[in-house]
Amino acid sequence: MTQPLALQAVSAHYGTTKVLEDLSLSVQAGELVSLLGASGCGKTTTLRLIAGFLTPTTGSIQLGGRDLTRLPTHRRDIGLVFQNYALFPHLSVLDNVAFGLKQRGIGPAERRKRAVAMLERVGLAVLADRAPGALSGGQKQRVALARALVIEPPLLMFDEPLSNLDAKLRVDMRVEIRQLQRSNGTTSVYVTHDQEEAFSISDRVAIMNAGRLMQFDRPEVLYRRPANTFVARFVGFENIIPFKVVARDGDRVTAETAGMILRLSQAAYGAIPDSFLLATRPDGLVVSTDPMAEGLSAQLGLRTYLGRAYQYQCDTQAGHLVANGSLTTPLEAGTSVKLVPMPEQCTILPADGAR
Amino acid sequence: MMSDRPHFLLIVVAALVYLFLMLPLVIVVGAALSDTTYLTFPPQGLSLRWFENIFEISAFRRTIITSLQIALLGTLIALLIGIPAAYALNRFRVELPKWLGTLFVLPILVPEIVFGFALLKSFTVGTGAPIFLSLLIGHTLIVLPYVVRVISASLASFDFSIEEAAISLGSAPVKTFFTIVLPNVRAGVIAAFILAFITSLNDVSVSLFLTGPGISTLPIQILAHVEQFFDPTVASVSVLLMFLTVAVMAVVERTLGLTFLAK
Ligand SMILES: Nc1ncnc2c1ncn2[C@@H]1O[C@H](COP(=O)(O)OP(=O)(O)OP(=O)(O)O)[C@@H](O)[C@H]1O
Ligand SMILES: [Mg+2]
Repeated sequence: MTQPLALQAVSAHYGTTKVLEDLSLSVQAGELVSLLGASGCGKTTTLRLIAGFLTPTTGSIQLGGRDLTRLPTHRRDIGLVFQNYALFPHLSVLDNVAFGLKQRGIGPAERRKRAVAMLERVGLAVLADRAPGALSGGQKQRVALARALVIEPPLLMFDEPLSNLDAKLRVDMRVEIRQLQRSNGTTSVYVTHDQEEAFSISDRVAIMNAGRLMQFDRPEVLYRRPANTFVARFVGFENIIPFKVVARDGDRVTAETAGMILRLSQAAYGAIPDSFLLATRPDGLVVSTDPMAEGLSAQLGLRTYLGRAYQYQCDTQAGHLVANGSLTTPLEAGTSVKLVPMPEQCTILPADGAR
Repeated sequence: MMSDRPHFLLIVVAALVYLFLMLPLVIVVGAALSDTTYLTFPPQGLSLRWFENIFEISAFRRTIITSLQIALLGTLIALLIGIPAAYALNRFRVELPKWLGTLFVLPILVPEIVFGFALLKSFTVGTGAPIFLSLLIGHTLIVLPYVVRVISASLASFDFSIEEAAISLGSAPVKTFFTIVLPNVRAGVIAAFILAFITSLNDVSVSLFLTGPGISTLPIQILAHVEQFFDPTVASVSVLLMFLTVAVMAVVERTLGLTFLAK
């Protein structure tokens, strides 16, 4: 039942504007992959291409052994869950769920049996005879989920299914979606612009920007080892500091920026090029008042309170940086300090301006 | 503090408005029931003889049939053209040029009397088409804008992702239109039907030019009758027309459900 999905060098246009460029993406059988990115980066467009509501200008789409590229939507056999639920207002909850089965020529008794069983799995069997208009947002989305799952599609796709729900329900529902997806083993593509949501439920996440794929990997890798400055900033590496290598000694590399010397081990970061960017989150820079500390000289600017720490805007010769300092000793604006990077919280990016 | 009951002044004003709206109906019905040989209100004596008189005049019998035929056929044709047009205009609103929507409203902007005359000159005289056909085309064209507008309004609040959901579940696009889209704009279709039917049934200005020897519509026949006689037949025909309209609405309600009034 479960099948792999592959997009090969797919491009898409709306009129003359290019919205997707050479997008290649492969989703393994049974895997849940999220498309993550800012508004307008082309996530929905990608989904609509896979669903067949839009035809790619170049490239191909494969599901299992089938070439979907020119297949009309109603023969693609894909389960879709929409942001605004898209339930059929004139049909009961049960008939909504049974709709796909009816299209597959399944008789009324069997249809009913399967739809009820599916509604039981999402905990809504008691509401089978209700009209969709008389359901809460969470219930509607469960019905939509049941409707998409009951046809046992080889591929399930979600377009921001939780963004109309409140925060608490969002978290509950995403766990529920993940559990259903796992137990069915359905290959899934999940669109969201919520990083936490994407990271928490996905096997792998594709980070997109302006119609291109920026990085496609497991959440743990994206979070700790972004491949470029775009992804780094996206996952919270706010400080990106350019360095130049001044000496190499086997595995050990010595690099310098604005008077600060940094020693790194290639064993930890992989091969380090002669000029590179060091990226850290605000937590990865220690604010030190010791003038002898080995770090970047900085002037503290605005201080904000985060609850777990104070955050400082800092001016340095290597540019504007953000660091978190301890709660015990709040420092005043204008204080001269040293910012000491903690190597285990840093990552290395190529310097070549690759976004 | 606001109370839930409407202010008594509001009730009085509403009652006056209703009275004002109902007054012509009362007068017409009253005049139709009068026993006199001339049109008068309040009625003097009560009788149904002017209703019987309608059916004794063959011109009335024929024009009532013609009017009903034209109104029904014209409305159905306008729906056949208007529903797909309204669907396309809404479904592909982004892709289609803006003026296309305006195109369907244009007939409303042209004074009907000019439109009727133009149709007579260009079509009936030009091609020598039968009068019934000319009437049918004229009426279809004047009701089409209403059909497109009313159904568009209904489709404007239709979420097309519902249609996409159905297609993704395996329902072919054309089938989806009938099983998913149409049931959800049923209210608009019914409203369009009634509006178009009544507009056609009551039309004078376009029919004035297109009627000809042997074939006329009821409103035109009423005009012709009033020119010669001043008896209450016109009033009773008007009442009959009102009842016909109500009957059509009732039939439409029975068959399709007049839920749009409640929504
Ligand atoms: N019908 C359309 N015609 C023209 N341009 C479009 C159309 N639909 C989307 N676009 C453009 O294509 C780009 C990608 O849109 P898309 O809907 O895929 O973004 P998205 O990543 O889903 O964003 P969001 O998070 O806001 O849903 C956007 O720049 C958008 O303006
Ligand atoms: Mg989107």
